[in-house]
Amino acid sequence: MTPHILTRSLDRSASIFILVVAGLGVLIPLSNLLMPAGSFLQVPTYLVALFGKYACYAILALSIDLIWGYCGILSLGHGAFFALGGYAMGMYLMRQIGSRGVYGNPILPDFMVFLNYPKLPWYWHGFDMFWFAALMVLLVPGLLAFCFGWLAFRSRVTGVYLSIITQAMTYALLLAFFRNDFGFGGNNGLTDFKDILGFNVQADGTRAALFALSCLALIATFLICRAVVTSKLGKVLIAIRDAESRTRFLGYRVESYKLFVFTLSACMAGVAGALYVPQVGIINPSEFAPGNSIEAVIWVAVGGRGTLVGAALGAVVVNYAKTFFTSGPLAPYWLFMLGALFILVTLLLPKGIVGTFNAWWEPRKAKQMSDDTLSADLEDGVGDAKPAE
Amino acid sequence: MVLASFTDRFRAIFLAILMAVAFAVPALAGPFEDAVAKFANDDFSDTAEAIGVVAASGNPLAFPIISALQDERLSADPQSKKVFVSSADGKIIDAATGAAVDKLPDGASAVRLNNRLRRTVQAALGGLTLLSPDPARRLAAAQSVFKSHDENALAVIDDALAKETNKSVKAAFTEARAAILLYKADATEVEKLEAVAVVKAKGDQEAMALLTGLPSDVPPNVARVAASAVASIQSDLAMWSMVQNAWYGLSLGSVLLLAAIGLAITFGVMGVINMAHGEMVMIGAYTTFVVQEVIRTRYPQLFDYSLLIAVPLAFLVAGAIGVLIERGIIRFLYGRPLETLLATWGLSLVLQQAVRTMFGPTNREVGNPSWMSGAFELGQITITYNRLWILCFTLAVFAILLAMLRYTALGLEMRAVTQNRRMAASMGIATSRVDALTFGLGSGIAGIAGVALSQIDNVSPNLGQSYIIDSFMVVVFGGVGNLWGTLVGAFTLGIANKFLEPVAGAVLGKIAILVLIILFIQKRPRGLFALKGRAVEA
Repeated sequence: MTPHILTRSLDRSASIFILVVAGLGVLIPLSNLLMPAGSFLQVPTYLVALFGKYACYAILALSIDLIWGYCGILSLGHGAFFALGGYAMGMYLMRQIGSRGVYGNPILPDFMVFLNYPKLPWYWHGFDMFWFAALMVLLVPGLLAFCFGWLAFRSRVTGVYLSIITQAMTYALLLAFFRNDFGFGGNNGLTDFKDILGFNVQADGTRAALFALSCLALIATFLICRAVVTSKLGKVLIAIRDAESRTRFLGYRVESYKLFVFTLSACMAGVAGALYVPQVGIINPSEFAPGNSIEAVIWVAVGGRGTLVGAALGAVVVNYAKTFFTSGPLAPYWLFMLGALFILVTLLLPKGIVGTFNAWWEPRKAKQMSDDTLSADLEDGVGDAKPAE
Repeated sequence: MVLASFTDRFRAIFLAILMAVAFAVPALAGPFEDAVAKFANDDFSDTAEAIGVVAASGNPLAFPIISALQDERLSADPQSKKVFVSSADGKIIDAATGAAVDKLPDGASAVRLNNRLRRTVQAALGGLTLLSPDPARRLAAAQSVFKSHDENALAVIDDALAKETNKSVKAAFTEARAAILLYKADATEVEKLEAVAVVKAKGDQEAMALLTGLPSDVPPNVARVAASAVASIQSDLAMWSMVQNAWYGLSLGSVLLLAAIGLAITFGVMGVINMAHGEMVMIGAYTTFVVQEVIRTRYPQLFDYSLLIAVPLAFLVAGAIGVLIERGIIRFLYGRPLETLLATWGLSLVLQQAVRTMFGPTNREVGNPSWMSGAFELGQITITYNRLWILCFTLAVFAILLAMLRYTALGLEMRAVTQNRRMAASMGIATSRVDALTFGLGSGIAGIAGVALSQIDNVSPNLGQSYIIDSFMVVVFGGVGNLWGTLVGAFTLGIANKFLEPVAGAVLGKIAILVLIILFIQKRPRGLFALKGRAVEA
């Protein structure tokens, strides 16, 4: 590891990343709101919402990369944290509908009237206040991740075992949220939102603001992740990823490090979900489907595991491809492409786009700086969870 | 009660056959016609009397009249004292004659019933079918009399019992008779005690309801015997419901075992996480579908053997695909389990979509051969043949696999590779060949599982998806690298699931099981039957 070059290379790509995201976050809303409709320079509202969705996915990808790329924890249940954050926000939005629902009940959301709930379940209280919902967006996924991680890491459940039980966790939540008597709208989930903080969620201005907020959150997440991975803590995480037992023998409390980063990552995923819901307009149990979580992992793999920029880039690239192919005549072949993507990336491009680029670029740069003799292994995200022995 | 137009009983039979012909024949009034006219009095006790006479008359119109009364399709005109049966499709006939009528008179209204009458009606309907020539209807009627225990039916029952030759119907009649005697106020104590014994021998939910509902004025002796009979039925029923849960659990366990056993081989022996395992099961199911299609169109007489043909074919097809997967993808990913997981997940998407493209997204029809359809009764529970066969089949597959690992050269090599890959390689075992064959074997067994699952589940491209998480749970719970662990894991999870279901509901039970496994993994991270070793990172 060469901290010097590593930090510099991250610095440069990091600043480019932040500039691009910030630029888009300002320009797209401005173009959407200020340019005349139909003009060449105007970004239509549906695209603003779509890009907003991508930004949320990018945050989710960053949160997965933080634990997988830097700590070797492959979670196949991060979609659950994303969806929990989304449900917390969805509950706030449901309460905001008030008496404008189909049944016009000022307290109970429509589905509860429909299912004959006598009164609001206790866990729905407080969600009429934005600050409470926002707190829950962080707390609920964070708490679940903390309990889950505390149990799992303490008893040294690692590798594929952890992956499988995270998958079981999201599957259990999927089943639970499908139930009508669970109090979250069952099969249909939460939808038909009207207002967020008094602004109409359908309005162009609100959508533009939500997009800008998503970009802001993406930058913030990126900076937090970067702060974590470049710190001393980050070095320990990488050590855990590469040789967990050795790190433990060196005297580090491996499980505490893992628990911290797992919980942090779950909170980020929750924020991503919370921003996602008002832009998409619905949250339902299918967000818990194990397939969704695995798909999010492949975004990270495509972009470059262990490179923060790569994770965000991968999320946008794969989702753009998904939007492009599933809406065209090639729609029946999308699953073939997605499946092939999984196989080809793991076989041929294990470092992902950014990782491969770095591996190609860094030696050349190092050669230019001839005072530095270190050349190999510059890029820091690649390699297996443990050396193959 | 003399009415304008009547017809005698024989004419009524004739007219019942020619019901569409609309003419009224003046004739003498019989007891049947008198009774029918009583429905028009709009008096509950008259109606009750009318029901009794009509039911006992043996007139073919009796059944339509009384069932119409039950459904409130019987209307009466108080002026002309005529009674009409409106059938569900809108046709109206004169109840006394069976002659068709164009429309109801203006004053006609539905004959009213109260709760007591409703019970009488029900009992009368039961009595009407007690003498039916069809044994199934007699049986159903006897059961309905058992439930209603209406003493009006006693005479008919005695009559029917004397004539009955069918053994099971005869038993049902005896039980019905006992039920009536139990509730009959003037039955002797001896009769009642005998009746309690008969009902106790029946021993099901209904018998218990009958005994617990006894009126308070029965002789104390009878009440005591009945109470002890209730207690004994209750404990019997509790035992049978345990047996039933255990059977359902075994059945579910066998399905889980079948789905997981191939995974236990690939995951246990090779350490390869194969997320496309469920798709191998699906391929096996589709192989069965194709085999049955060919048999249906070409050799329909072979249909009963379709599964016997499908089993080896499914093994070969899925096994060959498995070997291809191992050689094409997994071989490059050894030592990188997380990447293997992702690549095989991608593969599962491709396979699903390929099957969806070839066979369509909808469920495909796979039939049960005759020897697998139907069910038999064992005490108070019903066992379907297909579940029973699947249990036997699963155990057979398990035994064969176990024998193969123990007694064949390939099995020996596989065990060697599991225990110490490097050492096995040093001893001259071609580990990569063993890997390919092992993976093929695991996939082939998944294919066989698909044949069995096609008999109880929908054959659709998503078939495998629904089993993959459960299979992984079984393997993780049972412990990697030990087939006995998989066996114990599958049956434990199956039985636990079925015992939780009545308490918590199907979905909550499943969630509880998942949570329990997650907690169990904390305690024993390597499963129930973990391989012991000295490696720091196993």
